[in-house]
Amino acid sequence: MAKQIAEQILLLNSGLDEDYLEKALSSLMAQKGVDFGDLFFQESRFESWSLEDGIVKGGNFGIEKGVGVRAISGEKCGFAYSDDISKSAIETAIKATKAISRQGQKHKASALKTESLPHRLYDYVDPVDSLTAEEKTKILEAVDQEARRIDHRVTQVMVGMVGVKDIVLVAATDGTLAYDVRPLVRLSVSVIVESNGRREQGSSGGGARVGYGYFLEDDRALDYAREAVRQALVKLDAVDAPAGTLPVVLGPGWPGVLLHEAVGHGLEGDFNRKGSSAFSNRIGEQVASSQCTVVDDGTLENRRGSLNIDDEGSPTQRTVLIENGILKAYMQDKLNARLMGTASTGNGRRESYSYLPMPRMTNTFMLPGDYHPEEIISSVTKGIYAVNFGGGQVDITSGKFVFSASEAYLIENGKITNPVRGATLIGNGPDVLTRVSMVGNDLALDAGVGTCGKDGQSLPVGVGQPTLKVDELTIGGTST
Amino acid sequence: MVVPVPEVMKSKNSHSRPALINSVEEALKAAKRFGASSAEASLSIDSGISVSVRNEEIETLEYHKDKGLGVTVYFGHSKGSASTSDLDSKAIEETVKVACDIARFTAADEFSGIAGESELAWDYPDLDLHHPWNLSAQDAVDLAIECETAALKYDKRIVNSEGASVSSHDAFHVYGNSHGFVASYPSSKHSLVCSVIARSNGAMQRDYWYTSDRDAKLMQDAKQIGKKAAKRALSRLDSQKISTGKYPVIFTPEMSAGLISHFINAIRGGNLYRKSSFLLDSLGQQIFPGWLRIYEQPHLLGGIGSAPFDGEGVRTRSRSFIEAGVLQSYVLDSYSARKLGMKNTGNAGGVHNLVIEPGKHSFSQLLKQMDKGLVVTELMGQGVNTVTGDYSRGAAGFWVENGKIQFPVEEITIASNLKDMFMNVVQLGNDVDKRRNIQTPSIHIEQMTIAGS
Repeated sequence: MAKQIAEQILLLNSGLDEDYLEKALSSLMAQKGVDFGDLFFQESRFESWSLEDGIVKGGNFGIEKGVGVRAISGEKCGFAYSDDISKSAIETAIKATKAISRQGQKHKASALKTESLPHRLYDYVDPVDSLTAEEKTKILEAVDQEARRIDHRVTQVMVGMVGVKDIVLVAATDGTLAYDVRPLVRLSVSVIVESNGRREQGSSGGGARVGYGYFLEDDRALDYAREAVRQALVKLDAVDAPAGTLPVVLGPGWPGVLLHEAVGHGLEGDFNRKGSSAFSNRIGEQVASSQCTVVDDGTLENRRGSLNIDDEGSPTQRTVLIENGILKAYMQDKLNARLMGTASTGNGRRESYSYLPMPRMTNTFMLPGDYHPEEIISSVTKGIYAVNFGGGQVDITSGKFVFSASEAYLIENGKITNPVRGATLIGNGPDVLTRVSMVGNDLALDAGVGTCGKDGQSLPVGVGQPTLKVDELTIGGTST
Repeated sequence: MVVPVPEVMKSKNSHSRPALINSVEEALKAAKRFGASSAEASLSIDSGISVSVRNEEIETLEYHKDKGLGVTVYFGHSKGSASTSDLDSKAIEETVKVACDIARFTAADEFSGIAGESELAWDYPDLDLHHPWNLSAQDAVDLAIECETAALKYDKRIVNSEGASVSSHDAFHVYGNSHGFVASYPSSKHSLVCSVIARSNGAMQRDYWYTSDRDAKLMQDAKQIGKKAAKRALSRLDSQKISTGKYPVIFTPEMSAGLISHFINAIRGGNLYRKSSFLLDSLGQQIFPGWLRIYEQPHLLGGIGSAPFDGEGVRTRSRSFIEAGVLQSYVLDSYSARKLGMKNTGNAGGVHNLVIEPGKHSFSQLLKQMDKGLVVTELMGQGVNTVTGDYSRGAAGFWVENGKIQFPVEEITIASNLKDMFMNVVQLGNDVDKRRNIQTPSIHIEQMTIAGS
């Protein structure tokens, strides 16, 4: 199915076929020194709807289509793309990219082999067509009404819903010929509450690789509204967060952004090939407490970070990054795997045909441990319990990372007490997991809203973790 | 290494300027044909080259060419939008049709619509924003290598590199709406950036420096950029944490631009009408100390943030946001202006060449006057809450005592509330960073909470 759809949309409609792809790839390899090349075809249909002041104010629809051509010679890479899928555009791009190399051996492109999809993690639905326009706008209106119904202190509700269908086809000189059709939807809610002159904001949302019907199941969309209001109301009572170093208990699910920043980026193959990561040359070393096992898994059904194949046509997989505290593996794309003498882990991803692929995360999470979450909280005399985060950032070279808590509480004598104002937490990636002293049995993945940025490229990803305790982390509050 | 530029990539793009202007006109005509009461369309095309080198060898050579047409149609007060990268007549017509279909399902919003006819930039100046750089791939590689080599050779503790890259972009922008307005201008932007890694005592530090301008002739010397990147990385070696407490803080010019962008964000129409700003109802109020001025100058010739008209075709003009510390104007587009019952300020898409009037003192004089405190050279994370003004971000920089830099600092946070930070600006330096749309000098803030060990 995916094959027929991709072939029709990306090749046949533009007068191309598999024979032509083989010819194009041979021509790409005709230049001395070029040892790998690929063509990435993509059509992306996307729409968005937005609501504020109780009415659906805007809707947008677009189609982007194009082809990216890459030629690699050792560590060198030539890249050109076109938003016109045609023989002449592809040939122009090939001429441009081949210029990367003029010396070395001539290589030959392997014959293309279509592999059947390694897994079928999502249906080939088109979110845009999965509901009528009236049904879509009704979802937004229902979310707005629910948020306003719950509490009279809600003064503003903003709802956004986006749907994308991506059709991709990859043909490479290593014989890869792979296809995928990828749906993705996301609903986000943001509310402002006001009480006694104090204003606070709360937000929530979710998404998956499905049609919009997902938001209607189990009251999901309405739950996002309730969650956004709950968060905003909690903040109305928040006191100043402490400043300094304290034990921190992180809740399950989205706080897994800790792993994404503290270890995830630092374990991407490109940084480690270049030796610029704080984790470079550390495979086999202890980088976390023995309770920590961290995986990157692109094969979870319908998850936002999942893919049947990555953007180089490699099957996605579950890669154990850290096992019982020991660093086991990096995440690889084809280029970096080849240069490091290993195999791609199915982490070669790109924002679109107009960007080069890089090693990127899919769904990154920690496996559950033995502790009951309440046991973990009650073990803390004075500390912070953080359950929701805005986002994070890392300097992979120094290892320093931050993530910003948007909902957090004080823990006093083993009990959760006052909510505290938003604060940034900062730590050092290579040590932070060595300070994880308790891992809970309540693994959860996030609701499906995560977007990761690297080198100007944004991609959907997932994170997750059980409740866990870090013995010492610096909390950027104002109360000293 | 020799990198010939294929002839095909040199040729001017097949979309001539008249053809691009015509695409916008076609979209507007189609909207009228489909019965839209008003419509607007904008188009931009951007082409360029970027080359990166690492360890004195070429790493990537990328050719860019992006184009897009966005259309918004209004049926009365209901709107729909669509976009396409295909500028074929048939694709444009289909795109407009989709936008019209969407407009059937959005609700009427009395404040929606295109900008008023009298506000449009019917006469707009040539701001000298287009300076094409006849740069071959080989020239780009040579320049990047010259820059990176200067960094790598600067000190033996520079042990690794994330490379140097050169990019050159040419763009053409067209905006039109159903008042019969169509306007366009070309622009260019070129840059050179270098990022290297220093090591000592088993720990690595990375830092970068860059130069960027609309005219390549005005870019800084490649070797100087490389050396500055190396110096910055070296200066961070052996960073320490400092103990938690309340201290004065100086934001370097690169960091203070972010601080001022939080101010602009808080006076943006969208955040005001949604009541999601800590600066609601602040017109005429004291926001900064009485000697401070902030204004925009959209028509600076060759300015990095210059634009003859905004994202809705509205005439841009010089505007003061802060005079004597008092808020003079919000940042509004036509929708937020109508919604707030105010006048459009020509800021659809943001401010243009925002300047905070610099002080008289050099950076080292600022250090002396601060005597003891933190200099912030890097900020991490998104810990800024525009609704409340709460500010808490990861930071790195230098510890100052006796008016002099003592040692580098990392793994700390700085926190306060933006309202207090703005009111407690002690002094500004004379060291303005002119590479960006928001041009700021060093800013000395009286006190913030630093969390460390």
